[in-house]
Amino acid sequence: MSTNRMVSTTINGEDMALIIDDRMTLLDALRDRAGLTGTKEGCLSGDCGACSVIMNDRVVDSCLVMAAEAEGAAIVTVEGLADGTELHPLQRRFLEQAALQCGICTPGFLVTAKSLLDRNNNPSAAEIRLWLAGNLCRCTGYDKIIRAVEGASADLRAAKG
Amino acid sequence: MEQHEAQKNEYNIIGTRPIRHDGEDKVTGRAQYGADISFPDQLYGKVLRSPHAHARILSIDTSKALAMPGVRAVTTAEDLPRLKDRMVAGEAGAENIRYVTERVLASDKALFEGHPIAAVAATDPWIAEEAVKAIEVKYEVLTAVTEVRDAMKDDTPPLHGELTTETLGEKSKKATNIVRHTRHKRGDPDKGFAEADLVIEREFETKTVHQGYIEPHNATALYRSDGQITLWTSTQAPFWVRRDLAELFDIPLSRIKVVPMEIGGGFGGKIAVYLEPLAILLSKKSGRPVKMIMTREEVFYASGPASGTVTRIKIGVKKDGTITAATAWMAYEAGAFPSNWAMVGSMCVLACYRLENLQIDAYDVLTNTSKVMAYRAPSSPQAMFGVESIIDEIAIKLDMDPLELRLKNAVQEGDRRADGPKFHRIGLKETIRAAMESEHYKSPLPSGANRSRGVASGFWFNAGMQSSATVGINMDGTANVTTGSVDIGGSRASMAIMAAEALGLTAEQVRPIVADTDSIGYTDVTGGSRTTFATGYAVYEACQDVIRQLKTRVAKLWDVQEDKVEWGDGAFHHVDNGKSPMSVGDLGPKLEATGGPVMGHGTVNPKGVGAGFGIHIADIEVDPDTGKVTILRYTAVQDVGQAIHPAYVEGQMQGGATQGIGWALNEEYIRDAEGRMLNPGFLDYRVPTALDVPDIETILVEVPNPGHPYGVRGVGETPIVPPMGTIHNAIARAIGLRMRSLPMSPPKVLHEILQRGQTVEAAAPVTS
Repeated sequence: MSTNRMVSTTINGEDMALIIDDRMTLLDALRDRAGLTGTKEGCLSGDCGACSVIMNDRVVDSCLVMAAEAEGAAIVTVEGLADGTELHPLQRRFLEQAALQCGICTPGFLVTAKSLLDRNNNPSAAEIRLWLAGNLCRCTGYDKIIRAVEGASADLRAAKG
Repeated sequence: MEQHEAQKNEYNIIGTRPIRHDGEDKVTGRAQYGADISFPDQLYGKVLRSPHAHARILSIDTSKALAMPGVRAVTTAEDLPRLKDRMVAGEAGAENIRYVTERVLASDKALFEGHPIAAVAATDPWIAEEAVKAIEVKYEVLTAVTEVRDAMKDDTPPLHGELTTETLGEKSKKATNIVRHTRHKRGDPDKGFAEADLVIEREFETKTVHQGYIEPHNATALYRSDGQITLWTSTQAPFWVRRDLAELFDIPLSRIKVVPMEIGGGFGGKIAVYLEPLAILLSKKSGRPVKMIMTREEVFYASGPASGTVTRIKIGVKKDGTITAATAWMAYEAGAFPSNWAMVGSMCVLACYRLENLQIDAYDVLTNTSKVMAYRAPSSPQAMFGVESIIDEIAIKLDMDPLELRLKNAVQEGDRRADGPKFHRIGLKETIRAAMESEHYKSPLPSGANRSRGVASGFWFNAGMQSSATVGINMDGTANVTTGSVDIGGSRASMAIMAAEALGLTAEQVRPIVADTDSIGYTDVTGGSRTTFATGYAVYEACQDVIRQLKTRVAKLWDVQEDKVEWGDGAFHHVDNGKSPMSVGDLGPKLEATGGPVMGHGTVNPKGVGAGFGIHIADIEVDPDTGKVTILRYTAVQDVGQAIHPAYVEGQMQGGATQGIGWALNEEYIRDAEGRMLNPGFLDYRVPTALDVPDIETILVEVPNPGHPYGVRGVGETPIVPPMGTIHNAIARAIGLRMRSLPMSPPKVLHEILQRGQTVEAAAPVTS
């Protein structure tokens, strides 16, 4: 049966202590314990990427990570992308380029794209497509998402001067 | 990339690309989807589903589950009222309430894999899962029939012992699996074929496919002790959910409030009720809110995919390309309960072509699969796939450009569809011409081995139906626009744009709201490509109501007769130019002093629906060693009517094309001999990823629909129709192989390449 434990973790730059059930995934803990429901559940098998978060600088499917594994980890979710009232260039570009329709996959795409741009602020369209291939979108056909990531990478380069 | 802007128009706001009003919440993670709502005392519900595609239920023992700590309620079919035969409104025509009840919870027979048998509510989801496993069900396994060809055979036992075939309004004497035979006939097809110089007849098949929305079905219900029900759910049709629940529970509509949460995709698959009645039953028994979410496997097994089909199409032409006759025989998987999708397919199959002689015979066939539901332009892709393949074969045999052949036979205003309705102003010819003149089509064929170009057309009739809207003018002159249409892909923005256009405001000055079923008048489904058309029409009407009311206020302020006040260019003017114009913004602060608030109402059931036509162009390459098809370039051309928000119009075309590409190349339900699905997950039911599709170029052809004040015609569904034929024809022209079977997945294409031996059709490039 169930065992509860406390997990100390950093989520979007803030230290948090969460009481979790050992059977919980990181996705469950984020949504049901931390109250961060921006991370979405699409398949619970790591195939759709809707639950993508950054954990210790790597993109993971949070449905495939046990909550207990988050002990001591630094996690970034979609709620951590904006800087206060300032949207991340990816968020702004997704809005401007109409890169979302229903929006359920959007948090996962934003998080995954952020991890790409953190590594490479001038990716080619082919590199963007490869990096995002683990995130399924059923509405947009990806075209406008690729355009938005290209736009955000240009914004980031321009901001750097 | 070539993206044609909407032509310059007479509008100020329509045709611009404002940021959608719900966008910020959706990029920050704040938007509330169905799974995101929680209550402190909520229970978690799970469903026990039949592992068999066909089995008699001998007994259900829930005692062990009920005795488990943490389990608060268990429900079975016994808890649903056993209703007598009665036809009730369904998503594609009437359906028998008895079958709806049986679909929601099986009583004596499990008719498809995943058919709900019982549901449990417990204090946490793990206990609920354990409790589901503790329910003991004894089954007598029966033979499962999942293919329409098998189900139609005379010696196949009928799924429902009592169901007979309805043929042209007459019922058959014998029980059967054929629900309905629909026929449309015009002229004399035999005579037409006799007059033809070339007649081609081919058989085609398509497999069951799923809409593949990323958000699984969910429902949270609260049944209060006074009998009032509130339901939070992910649905395209909150008012239809309310209707279905009222019918199922045999209670008044006024006892149910449906709150549509943000919806994570639907494409037609989130219209019927699945978890909703179960959550309500469990909440009624436990007295607590019950939240239920499907797993991805449950979505595949037990929601409403699109029909697998078998079609036989025959087309005759003169040497000059004039079609003399066409016939279509089509059988559609209905799933385990009667549905109407073959009938819908019969409205689409030959719709692109002017025909004096035609016959269509369409059969809805029961199978041991989950009941088929709508999927984007439902039934049209399967129907038109075969037609578009034969048209391409004809073009090659006659050495004609395939678009020229289509243009020669294209329907236009005044022509009749096979099932009767006359087309209003439509833009098929304009669309074909735009495709022919496109940079893509004019560009040289892709060079290299096993590469070529294919084209195909697509049609969807689009829907009207009922919508309600209210427009409230705020005291600062901004406006709130409330509708009952769930926003599945940007419709809030299009409602705001149309209201802004009508009222002389900016899109940002309008706040669009999606209301629950308690807070707005009856509104039909977000589906059928009807929302921007019909709900937009209701918004327009509500704005006209506002303008009528404001005119009275202006007359009062100016102390003139109302006939001296005119509305135009976003402001009220004095007909004799004696006063400075007044805008809605000017009037907001003056409402209190001139009679109080102004609120406009619009309710519509519009008939001037504009049909949608599209042409797609694809350059592809076939890898002869693996059978894999790579799309090198893709263009979607479509008559979209007046584009309200062109970016979301393009998005509909790109998304529809991509779903069609998945259907063409990879997606299928793979079932074993017992009727069990072998690939119920996104790893094995592989929808296109960003790596599987190229940029989707779009060309918006804007032929305004005269049946709408802003020329709107539906956009969203047509673009899923052409990809199957487009890619099929490209493969045929690249390597001389006509698959005639979907999906054209690597193993199937490779198999055909290895099998074809010497009888190869000559590969023929598209002339351009």
